Amino acid sequence: MKHSAFFWFVLPSAVAMLLFIFFPIVSVVVQSLHAAHEQVIIEVENCGPFGCTKATAIDQEATAALREEQPLGRFAGLEIYKDRNHLATAQIGPLWEQSTSIGDFIGKLMNLPFYKALGFTLTFTFVVTPLTIIFGFIIAVAVNSAARVIRGPLIFFSLLPMMVTPLIGSLILFWMVDARGILGTALRWLADDPSLSVKADTGLMWAMLMVYGVWHSAPFAFIVYYAGLQTVNTDTLEAARIDGASRWQQIRHVVIPHLLPLTTFIALMQLMDNFRVFEPIVSFNASAHATSLSWTIYNDLGGETQQLSSAAATSVLTIIGVAILLSPVLIRTYRDYGKAA
Amino acid sequence: MNLRHILMTGSFLVAASATASLAADCGITEGRLSIIGNEFPAIQTVARNAQDCAGLSEAKANLTADHQKINLAGMQGNPAEYTTAIVANSSIVALVNEDVIRPLDDLVAAFGQDIPKNQLITINGQVMAVAFMANAQHLVYRKDILEQIGMEPPKTYEDMLAAAEKIRAEGILEYPLGGAYMAGWNLAQEFVNMYIGHGGEFYEPGTAQVSIKNPAGVATLEMLKSLSAYMNPDYLTHDSNATSAEWEAGNVALMNMWGSRTGVLMDAEGSTPEVYENTTVGGPMTVAGGNSPASTLWWDGWTIAKNVSDADAEATFKAMKHGISPAILNDETMGQAVWMIEGYQPAPVNEGVFSAISMQTTPYPMLPHHGLLHTALGDNIADFLQGKESAEQALSDIEDAYMTAAREKGFVN
Repeated sequence: MKHSAFFWFVLPSAVAMLLFIFFPIVSVVVQSLHAAHEQVIIEVENCGPFGCTKATAIDQEATAALREEQPLGRFAGLEIYKDRNHLATAQIGPLWEQSTSIGDFIGKLMNLPFYKALGFTLTFTFVVTPLTIIFGFIIAVAVNSAARVIRGPLIFFSLLPMMVTPLIGSLILFWMVDARGILGTALRWLADDPSLSVKADTGLMWAMLMVYGVWHSAPFAFIVYYAGLQTVNTDTLEAARIDGASRWQQIRHVVIPHLLPLTTFIALMQLMDNFRVFEPIVSFNASAHATSLSWTIYNDLGGETQQLSSAAATSVLTIIGVAILLSPVLIRTYRDYGKAA
Repeated sequence: MNLRHILMTGSFLVAASATASLAADCGITEGRLSIIGNEFPAIQTVARNAQDCAGLSEAKANLTADHQKINLAGMQGNPAEYTTAIVANSSIVALVNEDVIRPLDDLVAAFGQDIPKNQLITINGQVMAVAFMANAQHLVYRKDILEQIGMEPPKTYEDMLAAAEKIRAEGILEYPLGGAYMAGWNLAQEFVNMYIGHGGEFYEPGTAQVSIKNPAGVATLEMLKSLSAYMNPDYLTHDSNATSAEWEAGNVALMNMWGSRTGVLMDAEGSTPEVYENTTVGGPMTVAGGNSPASTLWWDGWTIAKNVSDADAEATFKAMKHGISPAILNDETMGQAVWMIEGYQPAPVNEGVFSAISMQTTPYPMLPHHGLLHTALGDNIADFLQGKESAEQALSDIEDAYMTAAREKGFVN
């Protein structure tokens, strides 16, 4: 392609990405480096139906003047990144010294909000991503070997979990695992423990969130693999069969190598998606047991008092986290591409 | 004159009873009304009646439990999406802090002379909101179950624990207590109630420096944990709606619940006669021998956005004033809340809030930095309740989380 043709071809999407992705990220980074002005507090008397009380309030005129002077707030540098609610650089040292073992240190680290969220986010990402790929592959192979007549309906049902809005999908599961729900009751019966409750136990809640994660995203892996299976070279498969390869050997030595590039693609997408895990935590009311980075951002913005800078700092840290996670896969893809060229 | 007066009253009554079908005359010629507010029956009534006003160019309402997450953003634009936010004494602070609501003195002077003075919420001498109802959390109990175990309705949390133990021991209910203990805002609210009941002070006097790591704080957490032992194990996922559902299902015998939600528990819908006929309200409970109830007093009221045109502000003011006028009271709406409206007659369902007022319950603190503490409380209490850390550790986590946030927001150095 000519350079000028290429330029005009990508221009619309480049402009859109600049406007809707790049600039917002720049604004978030700038926000995260600034904290709110020092509040000018005045003593006031508040009156209402229950009488008058002495209280404090923000002096709006003085604040307006401050805002006029520095619209972004006061420059805080990396202060917000380093504070206790984020990387907690000042707290980690003493924690390490107080700890008796690595396990003890990790336990104490998980008490800090950012590391607690990071702990669950990483666990979720590294459990759900491989399971999604494995289940997606198994479903794809199974559907592909089903009789042609029932393939359509099978594909439709396999895709359903992905079509359901995440919030609704997790809400449905939330009710089913309720102590009085169908799955909750079944679990109690299976475990022979009448007090068992998924929602009351941190371990079970984590397991439930991950089960939901796999349930929701396996269809994506399935449909990609299913498309890939249609392109497997039938001659190679036939040759393998004539050579006496079993069904497993055909999959192991013909199908899997063929689908490997797709696996990279799915892994990439899933790592990104799972690192941003959010909806199930809200729908499952799971914040007492598990928090994620995205949930932390939501919580900062949704409290009675918005904490914009704090949310911005967590957002930037999330972006850095995604970049670190994706770097091995990206480097690998880049090398492969280089080889092919 | 007299005849016109009667006709006017008549038309108001018709408008109220025929709900949305007939537009009411509120003296509005132009302007829009867009309401954001919480979702419970009393607010739905106010919003519906305000929307009924004739002459509005636009009349809509967004009532949701998540109102606090969107009202600020919806009022910061110019013109603001929401012309009015229905708030309470906690949530008005966030709007005042960000300067998105306007003083109402001029509108009250021009169109609201008949609004009783005690309904006007003033901050630093300026009218910022018009209150229309009072609310508080108080005891709700099952008369039949307490009779069965031969105990009086509890007056203190210690009595409540004793009753719960007896109900469990007699095998009536496995989890006799209920409560909105969902991690986050609800759980933090229970801490605030209980801490006030223990006579605790949240801040060092005259500053925004938190100080809850004290014996009162520990006792508060211990009491919450003792109560949670008698609740459905899923209690950390139960908000007011889920707790009400548990109540209507007949799984709970005693709970501390919002006055604004008791009407739903006592009506014939969604439950069996055994439950709703025996549902009774009591006053708020005290704790640890204190005199002041372990509860907080609330008002709900409406505000007007700063970033709207004068015509919109005027129309919204008139419509909302109609929304809280005596005309909205009828058999159905009377028991929905403790209305501060003339002609309101208290029903048995409202007794809890009335005793909260007469027991001089502390109003929820209206401090510009208190929302940050509420968030910090909501994020850090669950670890203690689940036995993952000590009360002291939980309290220092709360203090640290709050101080970090308060530093970022410029409330402390």
